Amino acid sequence: NNDAVVQQFELPPLPYAYDALEPMISSKTLNYHHDKHHAKYVNTMNSMLAAAENDELKSLTALEDIILYAHQKGNVGLFNNAAQSWNHEFYWNCMTSPKNGGGKPPKQSHVSKLIQSSFGSHDEFVKQFTNAGNTAFGSGWAWLCYTSTPDNNKKLFVTKTIGAGTPLTDNDNGVVVPILTMDVWEHAYYLDYQNARPTYTETFLNKLVNWDFVESNLKKAMKMNDDKGEEL
Amino acid sequence: SAWSSLNMKAETGTTSRRNFGAAIAAGAAALVGAPDNAKAYDLPDLPYAFEALEPYIDTPTMKIHHDKHHATYVANINKATEGKDEVPILALQADAIEAGKPVRNNAGGHYNHAFFWQEMAPADEAAKMKPSAQLAELIDKSFGSMDEMKSQFEAAAAPGAVFGSGWVWVCVNQAGDELKIVGTPNQDNPLMKGVADEIMFPILGLDVWEHAYYLKYQNRRPEYVSNWWNVVNWDKISENCAYVVENHAGVSV
Repeated sequence: NNDAVVQQFELPPLPYAYDALEPMISSKTLNYHHDKHHAKYVNTMNSMLAAAENDELKSLTALEDIILYAHQKGNVGLFNNAAQSWNHEFYWNCMTSPKNGGGKPPKQSHVSKLIQSSFGSHDEFVKQFTNAGNTAFGSGWAWLCYTSTPDNNKKLFVTKTIGAGTPLTDNDNGVVVPILTMDVWEHAYYLDYQNARPTYTETFLNKLVNWDFVESNLKKAMKMNDDKGEEL
Repeated sequence: SAWSSLNMKAETGTTSRRNFGAAIAAGAAALVGAPDNAKAYDLPDLPYAFEALEPYIDTPTMKIHHDKHHATYVANINKATEGKDEVPILALQADAIEAGKPVRNNAGGHYNHAFFWQEMAPADEAAKMKPSAQLAELIDKSFGSMDEMKSQFEAAAAPGAVFGSGWVWVCVNQAGDELKIVGTPNQDNPLMKGVADEIMFPILGLDVWEHAYYLKYQNRRPEYVSNWWNVVNWDKISENCAYVVENHAGVSV
């Protein structure tokens, strides 16, 4: 049977209730952001995949691989929708209830130690991440990424992307793994903050960051990169 | 019409108008006590009340869009051009990209928004307007019909076409004999070298940044775009067309 069934993706549910991030992000915002914006990216990507004629593309099943394929081939439409599908799922998981979220990661965590060694202090990380979020002109994302240089120098760095941009496509000079993101497309904050993006950014960092998720992303990244399979 | 005469620019090169808007811009720049004439650019007043474009563009959006977003571009372009010779904001467009991001983003942002407010009128006034003979002829020649132009414009304004933040424009081409529709990202516009195949002169433009429509329309950008025709000031668009065709230059704001 030569008719391979092309991959179709499901819209992942929010990892929490729509009102879980209140009052920092309203349930109204999460409703539109997840059920309309995120859903549209997934549906559009699925339509594009279903109509795909290229055998290589039709054989891909992992979202990351589809993103990299689209990037490589300059397929802007597929890239935008696939990357935005990935970015949004990642973003939901980067947040948690303001009861537990934001502030500093636990002192003994890998991310805390790597923030110290990479930035000098937690405050410096906050400063850089805040700047990235507030100066991404137009629509974009702020990221905290893990990288391991060829001489095995492990560190974290902040970056920003525009549109659907993702650090997943930055793997030219070694490993780059996103571990935290913040959506700064206006639809992410406009109903709650209007033009006051800096207030949204500050609130995200102070109240919403899911450091457990960030830590687990980092541990995965470090294990992936460590050929010796060293215990962390 | 009354709206048309309010919007008419007597001469080119006029940018500064001392008005209430200047106070807003000063506040936005937090330059308390700084003399108004130290700043080259003022936030122009809207040619109508904040609620004038209801129900197609809502009052809160007009207020925030003008008093916050546009005001910030004015404050920022003033900062970016501090100490430089004062030139009309139009004059900053052609080389905006070469001038670097602070000028590109904020000279573009100020011009685009000043241009935008002037293009609109309350729906009941707009309903009485139609394109001039010159504009109608150009539309038919370039697109076949007004309906076809609107259809192509709406397609160019779709979220897949202008992905993220940007604008959609109807422009007169360099040769001055045809209209073109072009989408631009962020606060770029077709007056800037390097944005389109050639510098073109906008006669009509629509802001499709989410802040332009999100409070009322949320993700429904196509609905915002198709509703927007109800508030287009065709008298002003016709004047824009006559001006750019005659002068081979962009409209002053």
